[in-house]
Amino acid sequence: MAEMDTSGGGGHKKGPGVKKAKKSSTRVDLTPMVDLGFLLITFFIFTTTMSQATAMKLFLPKDTDKPEEQNKAKESGALTLLLGKNHNVYYYEGTLDPSASNFKSSTMKQIRNEILTKKRSTNKDDLVIVIKPGSESTYKDVVDILDEMTINDISRYALVDISDVEGQLVSMSDANGAAGK
Amino acid sequence: MSRPKIARKSTSVDMTAMCDVAFLLLAFFILTTKFKAAENITVETPSSVSSKVAPEKDVTLVSVTKDGKVYISMDNEKVKEAVANDLNANNGAGLSPADIAAFKKANFFGTPISQLKSALQIPTDKLKADALPGIPAQDTAHNEMVPWMRAIVAAHASTGTKLNLLFKGDNLAKYPAFKNVITSFKKNDQFKFSMVTASEGIPEGTDLWRKIMSGQSTESTE
Repeated sequence: MAEMDTSGGGGHKKGPGVKKAKKSSTRVDLTPMVDLGFLLITFFIFTTTMSQATAMKLFLPKDTDKPEEQNKAKESGALTLLLGKNHNVYYYEGTLDPSASNFKSSTMKQIRNEILTKKRSTNKDDLVIVIKPGSESTYKDVVDILDEMTINDISRYALVDISDVEGQLVSMSDANGAAGK
Repeated sequence: MSRPKIARKSTSVDMTAMCDVAFLLLAFFILTTKFKAAENITVETPSSVSSKVAPEKDVTLVSVTKDGKVYISMDNEKVKEAVANDLNANNGAGLSPADIAAFKKANFFGTPISQLKSALQIPTDKLKADALPGIPAQDTAHNEMVPWMRAIVAAHASTGTKLNLLFKGDNLAKYPAFKNVITSFKKNDQFKFSMVTASEGIPEGTDLWRKIMSGQSTESTE
């Protein structure tokens, strides 16, 4: 560095003014570089989102008009779920009463209990869940309810269009629910 | 008794090896990272417990945004070319050879077939999905998804590739939009498709959870 050679013209082997070559080590301290390396690794790991898109398989039934090709469902084993606005779910067992007395309401979070109750009380081979999304229901509701089928291990379920009567019931109940809040 | 002299060792460790490891890992992670293609179509997918990975080759992805606009994207250029020719022949899209070349490069399609030609004039990097009207699929009478799907199915048949149908819908998309797309699948005898979802954990204590815990395969639940 900036040091004066104070040894004077001591008359060594080398002449005056010739500095002694200092043997400095060629080793560099790599600690900061290691720090930097691991810092970058942690940064990249934390900023990477593990966005592995998964896919849910869905098999659609073929539309058929012939009654002998249509799937039969026992009334006692059928549970129909109707999807309404704001994640409301309505359900009835068997067929819908003309007076709609067996038309009950629930929500997306509570529907699992209803499905399980039905599943426990019905013969495994008779159980069919019919899903009817209303025109106000969102795609998320549909995926959630299909997911619910997987979660509760329901083997037979169908995605069916909603009928006019049911659609009216759902929109009426949606309106009532909104007014009650 | 004199104490034995303890040799004073330097406390500094040679960091070279560790540095090598650190940068090797860094290089590995950077090189193995696959960048997601820039998504022009903003779709927030719902989550499901499904853990099957979506297919990546020969994919036809139908996206529905939250306001119900429908877009199609395909990855195979040969298939795209066949689709363009098919739309020309059967739906009067009126695409010139130059348009077909642009069609092959395009990432997604979201216009009525009649406006396809003008949309293809816009360079791909300037094309914004929001500005396009989407493929009309609002009602059964004018469901242009049906000719699109017919062309796509035919294109896959002619190129000898397997069609992997994917559906990607936004959380807030209404069910009728989804239904119209399904109708177009059904009309073209495509009864099998996958819905793209984000994955989520299986809630504990449910039947599926018990099934997996007991070591049974989940594949049988179809």
